[in-house]
Amino acid sequence: MSLRIGIDIGSTTVKVVVLDEQNKLLFRSYERHYSKTRERACETLRSIEDRFRGQDVKLVITGSAGLGVAKASGIDFVQEVYATAAAVREYYPDTDAVIELGGEDAKIIFFGGALEERMNGSCAGGTGAFIDQMATLMNVDVGELDKLSLKHEKIYPIASRCGVFAKSDIQPILNQGGRKEDVAASIFQAVVDQTVAGLTQGRELKGKIVFLGGPLHFLYGLRERFVETLHLDGEHAIFPEDGDCFAGIGAALCAGEYKVRPFEEFLKLLEESVDAKTTVDTMPPLFTDKEDYAAFLSRHNAKHPPKADIAAYSGPAWLGIDAGSTTTKMTLITADGGLLYTYYHSNQGNPVAIVLEQLKEIYKLCGSRIEIKGAAVTGYGEDLIKNAFGCDLGLVETVAHYKAAAHYDPDVDFIIDIGGQDMKCFKIRNGAVDSIMLNEACSSGCGSFIETFAKALGYDIASFSKLGLFSPHPVNLGSRCTVFMNSSVKQAQKDGASVEDISAGLSISIVKNAVYKVIRAASADDLGRHIVVQGGTFLNDAVLRAFEQELGRDVTRPTIAGLMGAFGAALSARDLHLEKSALLDAAALERFTHSAKPVTCNLCTNHCSLTVNQFDGGRRFISGNRCSRPLGKEKVEMPDLMHFKYKKLRAMEGMGEGDGSRGKIGIPFGLNMYENLPFWYTFFTKLNFEVVLSPESSRKLYLKGQRTIPSDTVCYPAKLLHGHVEALVEAGVDAIWYPCMSYNNDEGIGDNHYNCPVVAYYPELLAANVPDLKQTRFLDPYVGLWRHKDFIKRISALMEREFSIPKKETRAAARAAYEAYEVYVDVVRETGKEYIQYARTHDLPIIVMCGRPYHIDPEIDHGINDLVTSFGFVLVTEDALSYLEGYAPRKVLNQWTFQSRMYNAARYVCTQDDMQVIQLVSFGCGTDAITTDEMRDILEDGGKLYTQLKIDDISNLGAVKIRVRSLIAAIEARKAQDKGPTA
Amino acid sequence: MAELVYDKNGRLLFTEEMKKEYTLLMPQMLPVHFGMMARLLENEGYKVETLNTSGKSIVDAGQKYVHNDTCYPALLVIGQLIDAVQSGKYDPHKVALLITQTGGGCRASNYIHLLRKALKKAGLEFVPVVSVNLSGLEKNPGFKLTLPFIRKAVFAMMYGDIIVQTSNQVRPYEVEPGQTDRTIQQVEDRLLDGMKQGKGLSYKQMCENFKWIVQAFKDIPVQGEPKVRVGVVGEIYIKYSPLGNNNLEQFLLSEGAEPVVPGLTDFIIFKIYNRDVDVDLYGGLWLKQKLCRIGEDYVKKCQRAMIAAMEAGGFRAPGTFDDLHRLIKGYLGDGNKMGEGWLLTAEMLELIHSGTPNIVCTQPFGCLPNHIVGKGMIRKLKDDYPWSNVVAIDYDPGATKINQENRIKLMLANARALAKDEAAREAAAGHTGEGEKIPTFAGPSHRSV
Repeated sequence: MSLRIGIDIGSTTVKVVVLDEQNKLLFRSYERHYSKTRERACETLRSIEDRFRGQDVKLVITGSAGLGVAKASGIDFVQEVYATAAAVREYYPDTDAVIELGGEDAKIIFFGGALEERMNGSCAGGTGAFIDQMATLMNVDVGELDKLSLKHEKIYPIASRCGVFAKSDIQPILNQGGRKEDVAASIFQAVVDQTVAGLTQGRELKGKIVFLGGPLHFLYGLRERFVETLHLDGEHAIFPEDGDCFAGIGAALCAGEYKVRPFEEFLKLLEESVDAKTTVDTMPPLFTDKEDYAAFLSRHNAKHPPKADIAAYSGPAWLGIDAGSTTTKMTLITADGGLLYTYYHSNQGNPVAIVLEQLKEIYKLCGSRIEIKGAAVTGYGEDLIKNAFGCDLGLVETVAHYKAAAHYDPDVDFIIDIGGQDMKCFKIRNGAVDSIMLNEACSSGCGSFIETFAKALGYDIASFSKLGLFSPHPVNLGSRCTVFMNSSVKQAQKDGASVEDISAGLSISIVKNAVYKVIRAASADDLGRHIVVQGGTFLNDAVLRAFEQELGRDVTRPTIAGLMGAFGAALSARDLHLEKSALLDAAALERFTHSAKPVTCNLCTNHCSLTVNQFDGGRRFISGNRCSRPLGKEKVEMPDLMHFKYKKLRAMEGMGEGDGSRGKIGIPFGLNMYENLPFWYTFFTKLNFEVVLSPESSRKLYLKGQRTIPSDTVCYPAKLLHGHVEALVEAGVDAIWYPCMSYNNDEGIGDNHYNCPVVAYYPELLAANVPDLKQTRFLDPYVGLWRHKDFIKRISALMEREFSIPKKETRAAARAAYEAYEVYVDVVRETGKEYIQYARTHDLPIIVMCGRPYHIDPEIDHGINDLVTSFGFVLVTEDALSYLEGYAPRKVLNQWTFQSRMYNAARYVCTQDDMQVIQLVSFGCGTDAITTDEMRDILEDGGKLYTQLKIDDISNLGAVKIRVRSLIAAIEARKAQDKGPTA
Repeated sequence: MAELVYDKNGRLLFTEEMKKEYTLLMPQMLPVHFGMMARLLENEGYKVETLNTSGKSIVDAGQKYVHNDTCYPALLVIGQLIDAVQSGKYDPHKVALLITQTGGGCRASNYIHLLRKALKKAGLEFVPVVSVNLSGLEKNPGFKLTLPFIRKAVFAMMYGDIIVQTSNQVRPYEVEPGQTDRTIQQVEDRLLDGMKQGKGLSYKQMCENFKWIVQAFKDIPVQGEPKVRVGVVGEIYIKYSPLGNNNLEQFLLSEGAEPVVPGLTDFIIFKIYNRDVDVDLYGGLWLKQKLCRIGEDYVKKCQRAMIAAMEAGGFRAPGTFDDLHRLIKGYLGDGNKMGEGWLLTAEMLELIHSGTPNIVCTQPFGCLPNHIVGKGMIRKLKDDYPWSNVVAIDYDPGATKINQENRIKLMLANARALAKDEAAREAAAGHTGEGEKIPTFAGPSHRSV
């Protein structure tokens, strides 16, 4: 037997392992490869050449990036999970499961019985790269992040699906003053949740678990989260000493089956493969030569503000602050827009400290010559900064950006702003914001994304993006979310693309993402003739050039593109025409103190994660709230049909008019039950069953059933059902009733009346995946309610078969159930009418919330309705209006009952001056890929605004607020305009 | 030039005049089947072209003109059509686009509408779109599916299935590389020549044709040990279309596996059966049900003939539709019909029962029905058949080939280990009785070389 060598080439690291005949470890290494995989592997082998030269060895390559190397060099390859399993079997034969996290992979291997292996799919964060990204976001290194996490006091819920989601959860917490320690631990918890939710897929993680891979090897905070979440003790949680290179060890163990060669020969094979290049999908270069670039630069540098010198100027000035997601921007301007002072810097997770420091600096520079007559703030941290420093005005970003853009180009008709975290695009029609497009949480291919890549490849952002300017062959990386982009970059690296080509490719992909994913434009004319681009990301010449190339036209980029939000805020402050600003003066700043404490609000079921900010002199600011109750004020009860329906439905449990003698029937309170419950409640209570509803949805309930979810990309409302049915089993019901329904009621307003496939068949998925359901009677027959007579015939046969209920009795119950459903529908419509009447009497605007019936679940909508009504809207739902319009052909196949209602409601809204639509879309809802475009068309053709809110398991009210406030601003702008000509 | 005529809802019609002047462009899915279908349409007097284009420009066009959250097949099908119209190869005013419409509760029924929206966005709203469906949706004066034509189409599909299924069992073992594909070409040409003369389009003639088709593939010299068989199931477009699944079959072959891809026949029967069973489940006209059953029975009869021909030729034949239907009991109800519905799970079951427990379950990223019938059933399959080895692979424009291939490689490594265990078990315990119903030939050993 000979020595065996395993080389594990992962997405970020290369691990080399040498085993002797007795499986003893002779050598091991773990090194980052910075995308130079082959070179790194060669270097490591060369470093041990002296030791092993002349010996016969067996060498096998493994790892996600190893396949290409293996192919190019002709060395044997072993799949990495398979290799890992081999190593675990060798060293810990009684293992039940392995959890391995790598740079970009997450895996669980189940032992015991047949070997089962799971890897993360194409949509998955929760890996080492994700942790790196998050550390970058918090401006700490991974080691510090780990240390911080060990000192946490509370865990915030953070989306565990992918890095982009998590970012948008973390940012508001940081901006609102959440503790870094808590955020760090929450990030690790998100990784744990992702692994447990995404990969277990119905199989429980129990017994002895071995933890492997770099992150789990180095990060003690992450280990702690896993051990705690899985309730493991020391005996059942194994962290092997060489856990970071187990796959390499496994590869070496597997090498036994492969060819023997002298050590040098393997090294030679590898070295020779370094030069082998495969083809990469490339695009034309950004700039052909230096002249090209120079002309481009001089064109853009022409748009600059008037010169102003803070050292010489005396007179009034106005301050604008843009407390963005990753950066804080400040400008101090003169009356004509001249810049006295600017500031642009990463906020390092603490915008308050930065603004404090800068304000002090500004006061120092101003001396007694310059008086600040007004201050305005915009951006994510708006509320916090406004309260902390006494700014005169807070305004929503979109408005600030429009204000700034119009200053440079009064004819501007399209603005695109790409910042660190978010992307905002909007059209300007007749001097008012006309349609707003924000990036959905899944596609923030924004500035911080390039920055993270730059850091991962060992560059700072400025020099990294410069590299791409003259790349001859930019790599085509597609235009999807970060997680996908990671793999695209990985593939390009594997294929030998240079850093220059990747840099250019990333810039182009950001643009493609913006144009096709966010703006969804087919041509440049879709956008406009006077396009102003802004946001820090457009200061990157490669991105700007790619944007112009993609659109095929020149755009305007002011030299202060990165400061436009702050600039717009300053202009708005100026236009307040105040005599004196309320901004804290220099003396007050000296006394300024700030501390933040996280608390959970327990005043209602939303359980908002609040941050209580304490300032000097007892001033307090609470953030994270949806309503005004935690602020000590009584909640303003605006008419809200979502609340009304929810309360109405929740009351439908118990024995009703019956005696409950036939036992307890459990009904999961989710998906289409939000529509059909009034029917089934009456049906079963008439038959003398006691109806038991599953508990109200909550994150806890979701986590309860999480491990049995087989498809992690299904919508959140469906995922919740797992917890609901488990809770019913626990409640000890005699049977659970959750029928499959391909078809919904036929309301005569669509081309067909289907349910979506998930709503229709989820009961069958539950039956196959929730082990607890084996303990109870789970009834999921196929029923169709729209043909009354046929239904009654079939259900009475079924009830006789299942419960020996005489058919006559069932028939009567079914008839009563139909009536009860009609009554419910009527009540909703009548109440809707009342609310609309109320709004009109009190001159309040009306929001029509269009979604599915189950979107009224507070755990699904995260209390968005409270937020909307807190802005002074009366809220009604789509089903209160849809009957007011008849059938009309649509440009899409209008075949789902719930979705048809939205089209009709939107059509009705177009006929009413005081109504606007907000469409709620669950992430992962396939049918809404169709409805959203159609809804937009209907509303825009009818002269209405289109606002869409995407919702997932995590509540990110910050983004929701921007949209709702932008909507309010747009409504007001329109109103002002309507009045304008007559005034 | 043909006049543009619209129906009362403003839909652009395909007129009789267009039938003479226009070329109908068809997206590609199953090269053998669609090739024959195109020829049949030509025999009916249409000018038809199946698009065999591939490459980046298709995905680009798709992403540009279709909502990016829509499923990948829509992106590819529409991208392929628009890319062709814009390619300069055709006069855009002389083409019409052919697209199928199933009318089920899945997003796929909306492809035709998304195509029209895309055409409008691309400034091509003057290009007529023709729906091919059996549900009586969207009629066109210049394009009619007559009953005799539908019958012919059924035959073309049967020929496609038998060619694909037999050739798949030979290709991995052929002595002379490329011979199987050449044979497919020859068989197709012979069938199409016959069809032009009106031959091969009756049940009897079809059975005759089956014989020589099977023989043609049997005559290809083969060699080598049986390879690991890997079943491919999934959303219909991604399952079949090399454009959609990154040349999955080619990849499996290159990894030394034998791909087993269930045919189209079951899907057609399934779609008819859905209408039949709807009447049982929800009520409806018995006459409608009767008509469905007649159609169902006819295709089933053809399927039985195909199976008989394959078995007679010593090939591993698929189970009948009724066999599949029996297997699904206890998994999914008869009413589960959106997308591939219960058929997808039934195909996995049949593969497991016929000695192919290694399966790639393909789907577009976020495919709604596959949450239930694909990924949603793998857990239960594993419980019931612990040796089943199913890997679910998502496809979309952002998913990289390297990740997909890595996951498939894992499944293959598992498969090889399972095969080894199985051999060891069999040696220890004698023969196991699994999957006795369907002959389970392994590799080429059953045919004389």
